[in-house]
Amino acid sequence: MSTPDLTHSPDHIPGAPPADQRELVTFRIGEQDFSMDIMLVREIRGWSEATVLPYAPRYVLGVINLRGAVVPIIDLAARLGLAPTEPGPRHVVIIVADGSRLTGFLVSAVSDILSVGTGEVQSVPSLNDMSASFLSGVITSKSRLLRILDVAAALPGREEEADMQVQAEAECLN
Amino acid sequence: MSSLDELRWTFFLECAELLEALDDGFDQLSEADPGDPLDLEEVNAVFRSVHSIKGGAASFGLEELVRFAHEFETVLDAMRAGRLTPDRDDWRVLRQSGDVLAELVAAARDGVGHDAARQAEIGRALGAMIGAHSEATPALEDATDAPIFAPTPIGLDGAEAGEAIFAPLALDLDDAPMPSETDISDPETPGLRLFEIRFAPQPSLFENGHDPVHLFRELSDMGRFEVTVDHSALPDAPQPMRCYLNWRIALETRCDEEDIREIFEFVDPLADIAISRVNAPGTDAAGPGATSTREEPGTPDPLDALLVDPSAIPAAPSTPAAKASPGPAQKQASRPTHAAGSPAPQEPKASQKTPSVQARKSTVRVDLGLVDDLINIVGELVINQSFLSQSIIDAGLSGRTQVSAGLDEFKNLARQIQEGVMSIRAQSVKPLFQRMARIVREASAVAGKPVRFETSGETTEVDTTVIERLIDPLTHILRNAVDHGLESAEARSAAGKPSEGAVRLSADHRSGRVLIEISDDGGGINRPKVLAIAKEKGLVAPDATPPDEEIDRLLFKPGFSTADVVTDLSGRGVGMDVVRSAIQKLGGRISIASEPGRGTTISISLPLTLAVLEGMVVKVVGQTMVVPINAIIETLRPGPEDIEPLTEGAEVIRVRDQLVPIVDLGLVFGYPRTRKPAEERVLLLVETEQGRRWALSVDEIRDQRQVVIKSLEENYGRVPGVAAATILGDGRIALIIDPEEAIRTATGLDLIANYPNSAATKKPEAQHVDA
Repeated sequence: MSTPDLTHSPDHIPGAPPADQRELVTFRIGEQDFSMDIMLVREIRGWSEATVLPYAPRYVLGVINLRGAVVPIIDLAARLGLAPTEPGPRHVVIIVADGSRLTGFLVSAVSDILSVGTGEVQSVPSLNDMSASFLSGVITSKSRLLRILDVAAALPGREEEADMQVQAEAECLN
Repeated sequence: MSSLDELRWTFFLECAELLEALDDGFDQLSEADPGDPLDLEEVNAVFRSVHSIKGGAASFGLEELVRFAHEFETVLDAMRAGRLTPDRDDWRVLRQSGDVLAELVAAARDGVGHDAARQAEIGRALGAMIGAHSEATPALEDATDAPIFAPTPIGLDGAEAGEAIFAPLALDLDDAPMPSETDISDPETPGLRLFEIRFAPQPSLFENGHDPVHLFRELSDMGRFEVTVDHSALPDAPQPMRCYLNWRIALETRCDEEDIREIFEFVDPLADIAISRVNAPGTDAAGPGATSTREEPGTPDPLDALLVDPSAIPAAPSTPAAKASPGPAQKQASRPTHAAGSPAPQEPKASQKTPSVQARKSTVRVDLGLVDDLINIVGELVINQSFLSQSIIDAGLSGRTQVSAGLDEFKNLARQIQEGVMSIRAQSVKPLFQRMARIVREASAVAGKPVRFETSGETTEVDTTVIERLIDPLTHILRNAVDHGLESAEARSAAGKPSEGAVRLSADHRSGRVLIEISDDGGGINRPKVLAIAKEKGLVAPDATPPDEEIDRLLFKPGFSTADVVTDLSGRGVGMDVVRSAIQKLGGRISIASEPGRGTTISISLPLTLAVLEGMVVKVVGQTMVVPINAIIETLRPGPEDIEPLTEGAEVIRVRDQLVPIVDLGLVFGYPRTRKPAEERVLLLVETEQGRRWALSVDEIRDQRQVVIKSLEENYGRVPGVAAATILGDGRIALIIDPEEAIRTATGLDLIANYPNSAATKKPEAQHVDA
């Protein structure tokens, strides 16, 4: 990360980190450190009460009004299989844009912005942890393990929703 | 989008308008008394539409379209020249030609195939028309058209394109035949008039796909015609795609100035055009030769040379044409002062004062996406305004403060903007109706039943999206009307009706909604047969004797089809239930009325727009929700004695001797149940399929208001029983309920089919909700 070479990156955007560098937003869920690519983050805001959605998976807290857009809020802890968050005023929502689709992730706190070399990112060790499937890599530094979130995987899948709906209907019917 | 794509897009947009004009023209013409002479104005309008489509199509190399448009145009040309007076059969062929043309345009636009056999058949019929009625079709027709409409695709390299454009010029204009006496027969303007036309195009004329030769050809059709060219502006090294020439045309014609101006209509923005009368009306003797402005017709020589090799021509300042009209100077002078460049002082002001200009409504083409963005933003504005109002009330600033007065004004303005923006999206149903006319003609031909199709209220305006999504349902209903609704011609005659069946389509605004009615004068619904089929299919209890209206509504049941014979047109099992659900998705309602022997009427009531909705704001277990008003028949506040528990948790309410199952919305959406005593609940009576009624139970009604519809699917996905979301005055989101789906979700699809309301002794389906 000490010798950024700009010459071989024709698509380099001024102000963006060099091609072999990534900028990550780090945040905490419970006691664990996570991060995600900063390019996906649209804004960070405080928690506000969401409107509950029927037939939604447990980790979908509801929808909020983000300047006229209806944006679903995901409890990232619940999504990753950790203990569900009891949202309160101290919690933080990271608004993420996947293409044109906006989603809010509820986390405990946002800590830092980190610039890392792509070489530092290691592949996810095959842990016995269900959250592993939502990670795109890990970074170890100073005895700390930083997980990089695979945002696309953590979004509520549309097929999954359909499954949930069917399930919900089935529950409803029995 | 590349500029060529953009041009294509514009072309197809224009085609749609031209096809509309074509249909209009035909409507006018076919309404006229068969004995009357043809309305030349209308024939001309129709001809121009086809001609413009042909011209545009040629620019894009759409050969199939050009070929057919040409065949069509030839017949229309014969009509306007008086060589052909179409009879009844011819009119049918002409209408079908319009349909084929529309089909070809659609095929070219979407890059799909078309019915080549039908095209060939209609093409032959068109050919037969002029063959049969007019042997005197001048051979010139073919001679001139062939080179002109050799497609000159945009984007050829310069030299070639230049040649293609110039080539026909040398061909036949100087010896254009004198029109026969029948050619122009306008009884109101007898006598020949002489016009001088100065035509000074901008250099970019060719780039826009125009070609003066088309104009000159049309002019030559109007009467005796002489043209001189001024090429004094030709530079040493001309670019083949630029136009450096000016023309002066002397035209002796029976037409008036407006007709001439119409020919130049399409090039108007790209050229300076000055038209002036040279002699007084009625002076037949005065030919082009008599005017002082006449040029020696010796110009073809330099012109020929030009065509061979444009770059070899030096600027030729010594030609007579150049002296007579100094090109650029005249060009500049002629625009601001109407006829400053014109040497015809008799009627100097006549040239620009044409009434046709006033008649044309100026419009702007706007990308629908832009309008939608605007609607969204205005929606925000309205939400923001109610948010502000709420804040002021919360702050205790009510009453007659300046703030609240200003806020009222703000509210008013916001509403006005909203209405204004909504009206941009509104569009008249006319193109839809014309399309439906095509469908009916087609259906009439396939079913072999003569049909008279009548429309009314074409100017009714509805949201563009609503119009688009009406196409399929209306197509289905109209095909049904022709196929099943109308009896065969023999059966009609036997019943003492005219053998030609009538199908009517009408649109009207009624109390903030749009009412569309489709009616036929056929045999009406065969109720015994409908009931028999329904019983056979198990849709109705075998011993039931439902009232007539209920039998009629059986037609909307899934999988219901009464036709004895499955025809090409309809009766494939997908039927009125699909129509019904399509209409309901638009927030509309559909109903059917029928009188045996007299006919059937289907009425569709639709909201004006899809962007806002009139809703009832309710509370369900602490959650605020919105129920669309159009679904609610009435609201009830039941007493304890009205509600009858059936099984555990399942209840019905007696509403005027009908037992209506109660659906607890809180349960449907899985909110924790807090069963309130009956008298504290409010029931919303809604009607769903086959007029079945349900009572939605909510905790309280808060408000009734317009809400802006927000998509849930954009960022999340579909939620069963929820149509969309909206943002309330406090900035929070409320879900808009889809009552039909909510009930279906609650009951499960299998369970509702066999449950008529009257069977009160059965267990209501609300039972399983109570899981």
